[in-house]
Amino acid sequence: MSDRLALSDDILMKIEKPERYIGHEVNSVMKNLRNVAVRFAMCFPDVYEIGMSHLGIQILYDMFNAMEDVWCERVYSPWVDLDAVMRREGIPLFALESQDPIKSFDFLGITIQYEMCYTNILEILELAGIPLTAVERGEDCPIVIGGGPCSYNPEPLAEFFDLFYIGEGETRYGELLDLYKRCRGEGVGRVEFLRRAARIPGIYAPRFYEAVYRSDGTLDSFAPTEEGIPATVRKEVEMDVTHTSYPRKPVVPFIKVTQDRVVLEIQRGCIRGCRFCQAGQLYRPVRERDVEMLKEYALAMLENTGHEEISLSSLSSSDYSRLPELIDFLIEECRDRKINISLPSLRIDAFSLDVMEKVQDVRKSSLTFAPEAGSQRLRNVINKGLTREDILRGAAMAFEGGWTRVKLYFMLGLPTETEDDIRGIAELSNEIAATFFDRVPKEKRTNGKVQVVASTSFFVPKPFTPFQWAKQCTKEEFIEKAYFTKRAISEQLNQKSIKYNWHEADASVLEGVLARGDRRLSKVLLRLHEMGCLYDAWGEYFDNDKWMDAFSQCGLDPDFYIRERALDELFPWDFIDCGVTREFLLREWHKALREEVSENCRQKCQGCGAGRFGGGICFQDRPRDGGASSDSGPR
Amino acid sequence: MVLRVKFRKYGRVRFIGHLDVMRFFQKANRRAGLDMAYTAGFSPHQIMSFAAPLGVGLESNGEYMDIQVNSLTSCMDVRNRLNGVSVPGIEVVSVKILPKDAGNAMASVAAASYTVRFREGREPDFLRETPMEQALERFLCKDSIRIVKETKKSVRQVDLKPGIYRLTWDGEALHMLVDASSGGNIKPVQVLEALLSDYQEKLKENALWVTREDTFARVEGEGEQRFQPLDGIGMDDGQYAASQAREREKEGNFG
Repeated sequence: MSDRLALSDDILMKIEKPERYIGHEVNSVMKNLRNVAVRFAMCFPDVYEIGMSHLGIQILYDMFNAMEDVWCERVYSPWVDLDAVMRREGIPLFALESQDPIKSFDFLGITIQYEMCYTNILEILELAGIPLTAVERGEDCPIVIGGGPCSYNPEPLAEFFDLFYIGEGETRYGELLDLYKRCRGEGVGRVEFLRRAARIPGIYAPRFYEAVYRSDGTLDSFAPTEEGIPATVRKEVEMDVTHTSYPRKPVVPFIKVTQDRVVLEIQRGCIRGCRFCQAGQLYRPVRERDVEMLKEYALAMLENTGHEEISLSSLSSSDYSRLPELIDFLIEECRDRKINISLPSLRIDAFSLDVMEKVQDVRKSSLTFAPEAGSQRLRNVINKGLTREDILRGAAMAFEGGWTRVKLYFMLGLPTETEDDIRGIAELSNEIAATFFDRVPKEKRTNGKVQVVASTSFFVPKPFTPFQWAKQCTKEEFIEKAYFTKRAISEQLNQKSIKYNWHEADASVLEGVLARGDRRLSKVLLRLHEMGCLYDAWGEYFDNDKWMDAFSQCGLDPDFYIRERALDELFPWDFIDCGVTREFLLREWHKALREEVSENCRQKCQGCGAGRFGGGICFQDRPRDGGASSDSGPR
Repeated sequence: MVLRVKFRKYGRVRFIGHLDVMRFFQKANRRAGLDMAYTAGFSPHQIMSFAAPLGVGLESNGEYMDIQVNSLTSCMDVRNRLNGVSVPGIEVVSVKILPKDAGNAMASVAAASYTVRFREGREPDFLRETPMEQALERFLCKDSIRIVKETKKSVRQVDLKPGIYRLTWDGEALHMLVDASSGGNIKPVQVLEALLSDYQEKLKENALWVTREDTFARVEGEGEQRFQPLDGIGMDDGQYAASQAREREKEGNFG
């Protein structure tokens, strides 16, 4: 095995954390190039510690490398220090495993997890020596393919990608790579490969589509430009999440990364249907992994990594039907092995407190509630089925159990929000603090006090949610709301026990612009790239003025993208069929405005459309209506 | 019982920092299925101790860690298992069982030996006029070798002279044995900087290729005999079996 590194010793000695760039981590996969037909570079366009913590890449890395003639390697954004060196010295971006230049690969796959990383994507292309726009690329360039949640509105990035894979990677990559090999054998060239790839379900090839705009800037039409290219692209879903790829031997980084533990994905999707939540709609239907499979994988992954901690991953772990059995198993197995169990996304109730008591020994970390909105009225609007009573009961139990720190997550700027709703944030925080003083007698108070940390983020309407029609607040409105919240909290009786944090407003606005943006934003992104924007997801590198300049130089107005949308407006993302229908989302939008809640998937089918995929929770028995066999089954 | 594990670190893993090497072994010990002993308390940790930390970018043929285990198959088995779950460039050379009264690896460190080469084109300029042998002779004859040591908290003068136990040149590389104790640790680069300063010269950027050859504890003796590699004590499988047999015999005599 060659020990050649892409970076010289001189560079590695000068930069921060050289371990980010040397590869060779435990369980990373090396292959002999003689047996490799397709080289796939998998990229997370952020720094190594963030990228290495992403489960999706680990799953795809495992899946690709299980294919005998495919070698999948990893690449992340070089940190700003190395980025400058590579630009100055003309060092091409390389993959960690082989240390070979990305440009020599067949595919560059980029997972797109959040909007503010778009500038990093352009930097990745530039460092790799790949022309930024897809149409400029020749036969010597890798096929640049995007995936991940932001690809459900790929339009702002459409110019930069050859393909997008819409949906879960497990289903169609084999077919796509086979097509690639066939096309290469026939010598038909890049464009013809893309044309044929566009016919594979779930694959979107932007160059074969044209967007036409009206004079008011909204979309007039969006359609394929060639015969044989599908007008809609339906997302791909792995319906059997038990018998599919999952890494038994995930890569173990040398440095401490954000997710420094075994991650066990217990289910996909969420039954809840919170109206602001994009993931809750995109990953329907809910599909649970078999508990026996999870037990087996948990042990295998712990053995193969040596990690000291295991964490369950899902949008809402409490809703996994076999959770008690799984947790009992893990507690039993982990006790002697001195392995910690971490349980994020649990609803706070008697069961979860009992579990946390068992897994957390005596040291009690803080408990987290996500009411998302301060008043019951607004919680009904967003369909967050958590009541004031639930929260206070949970908090009371927690305080009696010895916890003294509570974290609360809220959003500001939700549709229909009033000052009363915002005041509700302060009042709820106050009531929680009061609960502590009510329930815990003075002599039993650890440290004598309670700490309630209320955090607000700013609401960003996302495609494929019932709020995709909603107006997003401007920066000024956001800031005003944050000040109002702060004032309201300072007026509370227990204000000394409440700490208030809020997020930056300007990045939230831009996130919303990109989330619901169209193809014309490609120009803005190109301009930002020319201006040297990088790591915009990192507060210390984000420069709002540059973004504003780029918009004005391109003759585009950010406010256009955050406006309330007409009910019949054609959206840039409407050509994607994510399973959930536009009719359902519109129904939910109207219900939201009427402050009506909807039952969750386990209680009653809402006819969202995901039943078309033919499995998951849509076809499981429900306590009330008897499930799919009855007339109220999936529509 | 406590095992002293000697390992090498070379190739690209030179760029892994000391704390991450510790993390690496915590996970490797688990992967290898070693029956590790843990600290008591709310957050149990493997009981382990590392000898002198190695700077980023340096290679080593003589790194040490002590680990405490509850049970042991054999030293050879531990070595093979660890190497079976390691990465290229981190290689366990030997495993020995420490006697009960041995100090831990960290506390025992007294000295370390290094081989130091100049990277191509980064040799000191003075070598064009003065042969290295001559420069070293002059350097080592000085009463004191003062350098300024800058830490986060303070700037102070220290004398390297008492801590340089050996310094020779073989025509291609420098070989040195220097103090590596927690109070007086000397880095090879400090020695070279001091040497060059005699010629009003500064080291060129990243000029040195440094290999730590071994790490030493202090024992009874004179001169260099005062120092013994950290694996100079402890028993391999054969010695341990013999000592167990002697113990049993002793017990038998008294029983």
